[in-house]
Amino acid sequence: MTQEAKISKTLDARGMYCPGPVLETAKAIKQIQVGEVLEVLATDPAAKPDIEAWARRTGHQILDIQQQGEATRILIKRMK
Amino acid sequence: MGEEKKKKLSIIVFSGTIDKLMPVGILSSAAAAGGYEVNLFFTFWGLQSITKSSIHSQKPPQIDKNYEQMGPIMMQRMQEMKYPMWHQLVQQAKEVGEVKVYACSTTMEFFGVKREDLAEFVDDVVGAATFLDRAEGGITLFI
Repeated sequence: MTQEAKISKTLDARGMYCPGPVLETAKAIKQIQVGEVLEVLATDPAAKPDIEAWARRTGHQILDIQQQGEATRILIKRMK
Repeated sequence: MGEEKKKKLSIIVFSGTIDKLMPVGILSSAAAAGGYEVNLFFTFWGLQSITKSSIHSQKPPQIDKNYEQMGPIMMQRMQEMKYPMWHQLVQQAKEVGEVKVYACSTTMEFFGVKREDLAEFVDDVVGAATFLDRAEGGITLFI
């Protein structure tokens, strides 16, 4: 368990399918400031690898990924 | 830090059936979200799918002959999943990233399609040389 980061915004992408969670994450990250943390909740089984790949590509930092029941909870720090 | 290499996805959209257009929407929106420059070149049967009349048609979309048995099942599931149509994905891609939609000038002449017949999200009418220039140095797909 990593130290809980302060969350600036939550994106509820539960029920969305690829590429929905990634698209909405790309939109949501622009709505927080650099250094702030976005929480994404998704049920798409591809959400974890897809958002990890998206973060690598866009240069944002994944702080934590946890499975919470059916949902994957991903914390992303905006880096630029 | 060295200079970052430009990430690019370019697609030649040759086919106009829904089974080929869906991946165009999915790939281009995922790429745009990931910071890729995206170039879509609609030509031949693909061009017919970006006319205003095609986008606003109430008729069920055409599907490749090879998959036609699966078509109605897939369309029904997509509706149940509230999955966006391919052109809605392209429009979302344009909202999140750098996406250009090009129509092939020669194909327009073949089919008698005019600039004003094309959907709003079409950026420009170009030829093959322009597409090749835009696509240079990136991933290019022919769908």
